[in-house]
Amino acid sequence: MYRATLSHTVHTFDDLATLLAKASPLRSGDVLAGIAATSSEQRVAAQYALADLPLRVFLDDHVVPYEADEVTRLISDTHDAAAFTPVAHLTVGALRDWLLSDTATTGVLSALAPGLTPEMVAAVSKICGLQDLMLIASKCSVVTRFRNTVGLPGRLSVRLQPNHPSDDLRGIAASILDGLLLGAGDAVIGINPATDSPERCHALLSMLDEVRQKLDIPTQSCVLAHVTTTLDLIRRGSPVDLMFQSIAGTEAANRSFGISLALLDEAHDATRALKRGTIGDNVMYFETGQGSALSANAHHGVDQQTLEARAYAVARRYRPLLVNTVVGFIGPEYLYDGKQITRAGLEDHFCGKLLGLPMGVDVCYTNHAEADQDDMDALLALLVAAGVNFVMGVPGADDIMLGYQSTSFHDALAMRDLFGRRPAPEFEAWLAKHGLTAANGRIRPREMPGPFRALLPDATQ
Amino acid sequence: MSDESVKPPAPLTPWDSLRRHTPARIGLERSGASLATGPLLSARLAHARARDAVHEPLDETRLGDELGVLGLPVVVVSSGAENRQQYLLRPDLGRRLAPGAETLLTPHAQGDIDVVFVITDGLSARATQSHAAPLLAAIVPLLQPDWSIGPLVILRQGRVAAGDAIAAALHARIVVVLIGERPGLSAPDSMGAYLTWRPRPQTTDADRNCISNIRPEGIGTSDAAFRLVYLLREMRKRQVSGVALKDTSERLEIGEG
Repeated sequence: MYRATLSHTVHTFDDLATLLAKASPLRSGDVLAGIAATSSEQRVAAQYALADLPLRVFLDDHVVPYEADEVTRLISDTHDAAAFTPVAHLTVGALRDWLLSDTATTGVLSALAPGLTPEMVAAVSKICGLQDLMLIASKCSVVTRFRNTVGLPGRLSVRLQPNHPSDDLRGIAASILDGLLLGAGDAVIGINPATDSPERCHALLSMLDEVRQKLDIPTQSCVLAHVTTTLDLIRRGSPVDLMFQSIAGTEAANRSFGISLALLDEAHDATRALKRGTIGDNVMYFETGQGSALSANAHHGVDQQTLEARAYAVARRYRPLLVNTVVGFIGPEYLYDGKQITRAGLEDHFCGKLLGLPMGVDVCYTNHAEADQDDMDALLALLVAAGVNFVMGVPGADDIMLGYQSTSFHDALAMRDLFGRRPAPEFEAWLAKHGLTAANGRIRPREMPGPFRALLPDATQ
Repeated sequence: MSDESVKPPAPLTPWDSLRRHTPARIGLERSGASLATGPLLSARLAHARARDAVHEPLDETRLGDELGVLGLPVVVVSSGAENRQQYLLRPDLGRRLAPGAETLLTPHAQGDIDVVFVITDGLSARATQSHAAPLLAAIVPLLQPDWSIGPLVILRQGRVAAGDAIAAALHARIVVVLIGERPGLSAPDSMGAYLTWRPRPQTTDADRNCISNIRPEGIGTSDAAFRLVYLLREMRKRQVSGVALKDTSERLEIGEG
């Protein structure tokens, strides 16, 4: 039982999951689950109680039972007590103060990451304002490598997302060329296939590999198929750079995705064994999003933001190259409007970075959410200010396969210009080599370079 | 404006021919790094249309009139969601019928009903408003007289699973739900058809077959009618729906090229 007394009114919370849920800033998914605070004052009362909670409580009191859930076991069994020492005596509220203090430098935060659990960072995020979420995250640095270096200070990378509703190879190639010309693709060139058919995925992987080799692009490619599909393709010799999978924060939600930690272990091992990375071996690409556990009816009464942070515990086991929270994709029943999407995007980035993950954010919304492009402009700028590793690049921000709006190649360029952020260094040199960079360092293609032209779908006709 | 970077991409850039391969918004004109005014407004217009499609109400009277000419009774019922906002926030209510809906349906539960068609707004009333009546006008003659067709049920604020309760109330073997799909920026009026053999309370999405993207620029009326009738016949013959039928229908789609 947890309690807070505000002006002689005692607010009580039955257990840790209830306390975390009631302390969560309002979002429709927690209301849908029936676990949200019932008044604004109750929410703040829960935040008071949470602020007084010693961090040590999270080591013994599990929001999802240890016996019932392999994600809880992963979190508990891999907790690094030595790394936890600098903050072991603190409460959640004191952790916020400590994170904001000048004591918490980039190096100190990197060393702390294995000592923090998802529930601790979720808890502290709930009492942080947006400004805190940005300021603290901006002090974290997570750098990963495969064929280039993602996440260095002063850099902003882009996933080039060239989806097509029927996986038409020429249509996808056209979108890739457009993105490359506009400086996108240094995080990954990653296609969401329209179907999970192994034959189509093989064709897509082969095409991506051919484009990358012909243009000698220092980047990595990925077809975002189910992990079992990609594993089979590896066995059949397809050119797989990165292993993709959507993950969630409970064992049951992961089961609904058709995955387990054992399967992810196998996938990680198989991909590393290919040794396709030239300067690093971060081979995993994960996607997450608040609400996925509730949507799979696998939330154990835990709020969606805490469960999202637990998904990051799954991710960090595999030292991924990229983790992408697809923040507004799930729809208004989980994140209702621009305000809720904005908060969730910054929370996810904050929690992931504190836990030591290379966080990117798909700044996005669906047409039935109360949001528009202005909301996305704002969230994108806030995330870049907070030091996000990468964002999405979709032609005109319109994903014609998945039916939602993400960020465009132009959006990413605007952010690079506004904040002085540059692409991954290897990719930046490649852009310059092809004459896509203006004298001031900005990406300003004037014409399609010859080698690109040779790859045009119609070049052979 | 002397900076040459404000010029549009070179005229030689072959975007026009590339656009034949994808409806994606490629090769957009730039101002600096940002979208030029033309493509900016074009994207804003597409979003405005998609938003309007989500919030536009279904004109039940007009739809009822259009369906009436098919010679089948038309019944209008509501889901548990009382308004649009509740519909968006509470998917569980959209999957249920409103209290009293079953009393409107049971008088039609006469004899052996092979299939009942449910027409619902979903996330785009514009889609069902435009495409449901022409599709049914193409399907009904293909099924009669071999098939006993239940009343045409117009469902307000419905989600796919609400069709299960309608089939149960009418004792229908198969339910087909025609529903407005989530509007994309380039497709505000896409309709989906979800087919389920003998729906039960434990029916999941894996037990359904779906024909998606029904609209003039996607799968047209006659094509959709052909596929739907094919699936219905297979369903009745093999007495299953969902994953078990999936392969056959996909082969069919590929065969039609």
